[in-house]
Amino acid sequence: MAATEQPAESAGRWPARLHVVTGKGGTGKTSVAAALALGLAVGGRRTLLVEVEGRQGIAQLFGTDPLPYEERHLADAPGGGEVRALAVDAEEALLEYLDMFYKLGAAGRALRKLGAIDFATTIAPGLRDVLLTGKVKEATTRTSGQRRVYDAVVLDAPPTGRIGRFLNVTAETARLAKVGPIKTQSEGVSALLRSPMTAVHVVTLLEEMPVQETVDAIAELTKLGFPIGRVIVNGARPPVPAGRPVSAAELKRGLAAAGLPTDARTVAGLAAEARDQHVRRELEDSLRAELVELGLPLTEVPLLPAGVDRAGLETLAETLVRAD
Amino acid sequence: MPSEDAAPPLDVDQILADPGVRIVVCCGAGGVGKTTTAAALALRAAERHGRRTVVLTIDPARRLAQSLGLTELDNTPRQVKGIDVEDSGGQLHAMMLDMKRTFDDVVLQHTDPAKAAEIFSNPFYQAMSSTFAGTQEYMAMEKLGQLHARGEWDLIVVDTPPSRSALDFLDAPARLSRFLDGRMLRLLLAPARSGGRSMFSFVTASFGMFSKVVQKVLGAQLLTDLSGFVAALDSMFGGFRQRAEQTYRILQARETAFLLVAAPEPDAVREAAYFAGRLRSERMPLAGLVLNRVHRPAVPELSAADSLAAAERLASAGGHESTAEVLRAHAALAEQAVREQRVAARFTEAFPEVPAVSVTAQPADVHDVDGLRTIGEAISRR
Repeated sequence: MAATEQPAESAGRWPARLHVVTGKGGTGKTSVAAALALGLAVGGRRTLLVEVEGRQGIAQLFGTDPLPYEERHLADAPGGGEVRALAVDAEEALLEYLDMFYKLGAAGRALRKLGAIDFATTIAPGLRDVLLTGKVKEATTRTSGQRRVYDAVVLDAPPTGRIGRFLNVTAETARLAKVGPIKTQSEGVSALLRSPMTAVHVVTLLEEMPVQETVDAIAELTKLGFPIGRVIVNGARPPVPAGRPVSAAELKRGLAAAGLPTDARTVAGLAAEARDQHVRRELEDSLRAELVELGLPLTEVPLLPAGVDRAGLETLAETLVRAD
Repeated sequence: MPSEDAAPPLDVDQILADPGVRIVVCCGAGGVGKTTTAAALALRAAERHGRRTVVLTIDPARRLAQSLGLTELDNTPRQVKGIDVEDSGGQLHAMMLDMKRTFDDVVLQHTDPAKAAEIFSNPFYQAMSSTFAGTQEYMAMEKLGQLHARGEWDLIVVDTPPSRSALDFLDAPARLSRFLDGRMLRLLLAPARSGGRSMFSFVTASFGMFSKVVQKVLGAQLLTDLSGFVAALDSMFGGFRQRAEQTYRILQARETAFLLVAAPEPDAVREAAYFAGRLRSERMPLAGLVLNRVHRPAVPELSAADSLAAAERLASAGGHESTAEVLRAHAALAEQAVREQRVAARFTEAFPEVPAVSVTAQPADVHDVDGLRTIGEAISRR
């Protein structure tokens, strides 16, 4: 099935072709990336969800066997769309790459046995990243006939702390490889990553450290010249008007009216819960304001009380593609 | 909490007060409050148990670091002032790991200044000391070894790096020393040692192929740098390996207590379970599980369903809007508590013998000593 060229409803809101999803560990960036891949596939489109850290996070999320270094069908999207998944492995990518240029064949396998591939990717972390991003670029720009194979590629990228270095492949490889195909390759990757074809989205929670890291990462990525897409607040609760905390007397009358116990312990307990809730909400509101100040499109996706299962992913996907 | 009913209670004070315990390692997935837990335990050890304590943090939140007086990253423990140790006679020191500097120190320690300078200027060393996946974990272990060797502290509390996986902390040192000690490096090094001109003069056919490919793909400059790096590091192989093994043995010793830190979320609990299994197979002493950010309704007998129904009654009758709001919030909290118990049970069912303690979620983030003290109280709650 060739992907249709007809722009879906979501295309205006998510104009990029390569979506790089980052965020602090624990913010749910894998879930958001998966939901985005699902949402962008709705209506007969085809998307590719890629992971690069060997975590097998996609397989865990979808409850499938570990993903191989191979593009596999992952899920059907409503309206005939398809999400495929790929776990990019640096060693496999290097072998593939060498094979493309040098026709290694059996020698490639021998090199692996010797540990040479592991060695080459270990000794130069920049090389590892250029191989990973190189594979992502290849999938993003791959065509079949006159058509692009994927309408969109969503990358579950390394966390905010490593994202700048990961994407800034030219700088890393330039230190090590001054000439040769790796250098050429890294320049091609860099051009794609800095073009309007790419958008880097940052996932956060309304908690202090993730918000701080979001702000830091956006400053870093902007300085490096990467196009920032959206800030996505995961597990969000709608903002509440900053009302005053309820008084004990008021609460007691209310509980009586509702036919609930009004003993001192119940009233004090519920009042304490309300107070904590109030503190929490005020903190969330101030963190939200900090994010708004970034001047980027802000998308909030709801807390999924039942956890991220398939139905939950579809809820997230819908919220994402309908985002303002 | 069923998770606590199933597991024996974790008595943190007993661990912190035990003079036989010299190292507490806090490990777990990222984003579960590991650093805060480590800092809170260290503070409690100093204030309550009078121990001369040092806490090694990896990547603390800015404001938490400031509250501990860690305004600059100088890779040296600094005494934390303004804490309550008058009665106990304890001390608290804190430091933030500087990965590159620790690596530099290791190099300086194992080689002469001229050779060290040569290593420092090599682009491979620069890349490896700042970006090699695992360097941070290795250097955390190295720093722990150094602090331990100095013998100045009764208790060292270690926060572990926010790794891709919690297991990296255990694996990285072995991986790095295997790498530095490995067959590939030996192959690269052999000609340099025998004084041959070419690095690849004697090696196997496929290795010759490899070198040719590497030359083509990466360029000859890279090979020159690589061979320089390898030759310069050669003198240090033994040192690296020995240190890594030494630290590994310390971690297995009875003077060490591992504390798993998790939050009641599926990923964090899964990581904790992996780690518990791993510690068991490595014969490392797992003291217990600290389950952070647990939500506990203050009025547990009012169920989520009853609370919601009451809120609906109020809403349809009109008035008492703020009470209805409180009841809805209570219902959400009660539901969350039930969910969290289910998630936490996955750990306690797999490791029923591991003591555990639940720490109630704080409404706001902690970034001062008072906040750490409150957390310390909560972890020690019997």
